Amino acid sequence: MSVTGNIYGINGPIITIKGNLGFQMSEMVYVGGQRLVGEVIALNKQETVIQVFEETTGLRPGEVVEGAGSAICVTLAPGIITNIFDGIERPLQLIGQENGAYIPRGVSVDLLDKSRRWETKVCVKCGDVVSGGTVIAQVPETPAILHKVMVPPDMDGMVIWMAEDGSYTIDEPLVTIRKPDGSEQQLTMTQRWPIRIPRPIHRRYPADRLLVTGQRILDTLFPIAKGGTAAIPGGFGTGKTMTQHQLAKWSDADIIIYIGCGERGNEMTNVLEEFSKLTDPKTGNLLMDRTTLIANTSNMPVAAREASIYTGLTLAEYYRDMGYHVAIMADSTSRWAEALRELSGRLEEMPAEEGFPAYLASRLSAFYERAGYVENLNGTDGSVTIIGAVSPQGGDFSEPVTQNTKRFVRCFLALDKALAYARHYPAINWLTSYTEYLGDLEDWYGANVGADFIPCRNELLHILTTESRLNEIVKLIGSDVLPDDQKLILEIARVIRLGFLQQNAFHAEDTFVPMEKQLEMMKVILYLYEKCKSLIDLGMPMALLRENRIFEKVIAIKYDVANKDMYKFEEYHQMIDNFYQGLMESNA
Amino acid sequence: MAIEYLGLSDINGPLIVLEGVKNASYEEVVEFVVEGKQHKKGRIVAVDEDKAVIQVFDNTDGMSLQNTHTRLSGHPMEIGLSLEILGRTFNGLGEPIDGLGRIEPEVVRDVNGLPLNPCTREYPRNYIRTGISAIDGLTTLIRGQKLPIFSGNGLPHDQLAAQIVEQASLGEDSKEEFGIVFAAMGLKYDVADFFRRRFEESGVSSHVTMFLNLSNDPVAERLITPKMALTAAEYLAFEKNMHILVILTDMTSYAEAMREISASKGEIPSRKGYPGYLYSELATLYERAGIVQGREGSVTQIPILTMPNDDITHPIPDLTGYITEGQIVLERSLHQKNIYPPINVLPSLSRLMKDGIGDEYTREDHQDVANQLFSSYARVGEARDLASVIGEDELSETDKKYLEFGACFEKEFVAQGLNENRTIEETLDIGWRLLHILPREELDRIDTKILEKYADAEESRQ
Repeated sequence: MSVTGNIYGINGPIITIKGNLGFQMSEMVYVGGQRLVGEVIALNKQETVIQVFEETTGLRPGEVVEGAGSAICVTLAPGIITNIFDGIERPLQLIGQENGAYIPRGVSVDLLDKSRRWETKVCVKCGDVVSGGTVIAQVPETPAILHKVMVPPDMDGMVIWMAEDGSYTIDEPLVTIRKPDGSEQQLTMTQRWPIRIPRPIHRRYPADRLLVTGQRILDTLFPIAKGGTAAIPGGFGTGKTMTQHQLAKWSDADIIIYIGCGERGNEMTNVLEEFSKLTDPKTGNLLMDRTTLIANTSNMPVAAREASIYTGLTLAEYYRDMGYHVAIMADSTSRWAEALRELSGRLEEMPAEEGFPAYLASRLSAFYERAGYVENLNGTDGSVTIIGAVSPQGGDFSEPVTQNTKRFVRCFLALDKALAYARHYPAINWLTSYTEYLGDLEDWYGANVGADFIPCRNELLHILTTESRLNEIVKLIGSDVLPDDQKLILEIARVIRLGFLQQNAFHAEDTFVPMEKQLEMMKVILYLYEKCKSLIDLGMPMALLRENRIFEKVIAIKYDVANKDMYKFEEYHQMIDNFYQGLMESNA
Repeated sequence: MAIEYLGLSDINGPLIVLEGVKNASYEEVVEFVVEGKQHKKGRIVAVDEDKAVIQVFDNTDGMSLQNTHTRLSGHPMEIGLSLEILGRTFNGLGEPIDGLGRIEPEVVRDVNGLPLNPCTREYPRNYIRTGISAIDGLTTLIRGQKLPIFSGNGLPHDQLAAQIVEQASLGEDSKEEFGIVFAAMGLKYDVADFFRRRFEESGVSSHVTMFLNLSNDPVAERLITPKMALTAAEYLAFEKNMHILVILTDMTSYAEAMREISASKGEIPSRKGYPGYLYSELATLYERAGIVQGREGSVTQIPILTMPNDDITHPIPDLTGYITEGQIVLERSLHQKNIYPPINVLPSLSRLMKDGIGDEYTREDHQDVANQLFSSYARVGEARDLASVIGEDELSETDKKYLEFGACFEKEFVAQGLNENRTIEETLDIGWRLLHILPREELDRIDTKILEKYADAEESRQ
């Protein structure tokens, strides 16, 4: 039945078997007496090459390698949400309970809890014709997520038996169908899917709905669409992980898959702790109730790091098929690329740029192309948004991973060291970042926020770019010699930077800001600009305008106006009017 | 039981090939006897059926293809541990070199360690008072953190590390046991001796375990030294409930050793000739810091690395920065101004700081003061750039204030004595005093309430 072979050579996570014994490409294998999980990555007549997802210390030549007969798969069933998995979907909490503080090698645990009974409501009846994606049962997986048990994508037929509503484990049959060829098939809650193959969809839609994140610089200046792709590159300490955490907390996706790929263990612990306490502002449920964590920390085996990205993606696609909007935070894709490089080096492949394999670009594009806003096989709409952090070597964006990523994402959020040093967070540089979604989202903004949103946004960006041009002059001759109208632009740009772009993730009100407030804040700032400009045009000096401390008051709006106190913005317009009147009268 | 093999097939630098071996396992330790007297150890780094590639933790001088007996030990690299290791000095392979005899091991551990399960980690929150303002105030060290010092050759990173060790351990609650594990990789004799003397002078040496691989010791041994040290640290922390501070110095030598060995193995190099797995290897060391749920102890790491040519984008500091929870960056220009410790606070960072400071831990205004100092000091740089172009006299009043603030900040906040141990209150009060130099409207990072409370208090004091 299953193919077996014997280890010939071992080099780090790569092992070889002499001869062609009938293993399949990408087949999952069990290696040695400890049954370490591995995957076939190259085949030729002389040898079979296998990458092992665990440390190979202690393996000996001659030990048995056994094929599992199928490609490396994830198990899909209720129990995924709120869980924390390693790179190949092994539950870390369970491993922790059984094995203590450290993760031993060759642990064999059920990927999902097989003993837990789920309250199930069956949604089909005898005689129904079902096909791939048809929902056969519903299971409340968490307070936030209703899990829809679906027919696997590659199957169809007629229902000839179904179970009563009640509580079932993930392995008990719920429905039996008769396939077109006459054979019968029992369906349970569980299905398996190979991680490297995208799950099929019906068709793709354009990405024209905003992923609301509550982060001003994103929602206003550089929006990401649902089903879109974004990259966040930045050197160490510029706040990639903080930005990812903020997006995972506050974006309006239904489900968050957070992939900690080759990053710090303490960070995953932090997410786990924090998300188990924070509540989602929209639903009141715990954030953890809509989150799945994939943790392959930097000290875990490198081959599993490579797989962890695909594991996360496949889980996301599975929930998308149910009609949910899923956002993936991949932190960091550079570690994944480095895992490719490391394995490629062990295989002695010909390296391309900086030692990365030549197929880096095609792997990256295949990864980002799995995002999208789609119509599923069962007719529902769902989306997978991918937001990948990139850790460029030396903070240099010209390195291969950043450059290749740039080709395949449509939103680029460049983190800036100088901003981070000044503790301006989020340290997204507004001059080097870009988004291609703005045009696609114009209608959405018009219908959901306000028709004046885009013009305000453009005006804001215009002031910021003018500031950067003026700063070039200031660097040479100082700001005192500028004419007053240009000084005003610098002052307003300061208000925008401090009062709008800078956002305090640790402040209860400022950590998440609804779209309406973002628009009102912009309007107040631009109104202040308009009024000040007419004062300057009347010949009043900038120093006089500063006396009133009105700029400071506008900067403090983000703290002073609570998200629910939208009426207060009227007072600010009033205040600016009074300020204008006051100056006009006293200096007339 | 063990079979001895006579002779070798190939010797190339620290790498040896042995053919015809049976049952060799990956990462297994082997022992060599050269000419019947000289003992050496090695580790299997690749196996191909009956051919094993062995990396020798020693120089291969005197070995020939005929005169060497090789014996497989049957286990990976291990270290015997007991509480006796406190106060002792070992070489890079965990063998005592202080002449006090062998230790009686209570347990024997695989030095490679295992990855700590993120679910069983406890998120570090308790801050360690080092008594150094630039660290306590702006890049707070948290128990269980890994916070490296990025330095350059000739900068006083050793003095700083020694001061942190002394002051952090002296400030400990007397009920809690502390310990120091010191791993030297390719260190100069003088530097190792400096640390030994400082530990003795401050009376902590009975709590110090030293693993010394000096710069003239074998390169291959250097790769195993930090693993020895961290295995000892984990044992003391998680089994003996001690709070362990691990000093790893110099990480640059460690990475250089890895490059050397990798090149002799003929591996494909990635950046600047370092092997592609440099990140993974560094991570397996750094990630061994932390706290485990339900255990009392903790492992805090302070790795020291010298940035080649003071270049922070060099692969070693770069990859380290991506793994560690922040960094303390020393700056040559501050050192030239005679400021000790020459910490450049702007690129320095402690990622765990936000959760370990504030009302419950230090003081309510800590985060705000830190943010404001960072932001204002960043602005000082701009003012200085401008002054170098147009001259100080031409600067605006505000920019002149910033220059004054910058100078005072470096002299009064960052600089302090080699034995000066400041409390957190002192540090924050100095911060407020310096911020007072600036006009009130420039203090845009501080919550209005806190600003009123503390800035007004500062006002009345003056």
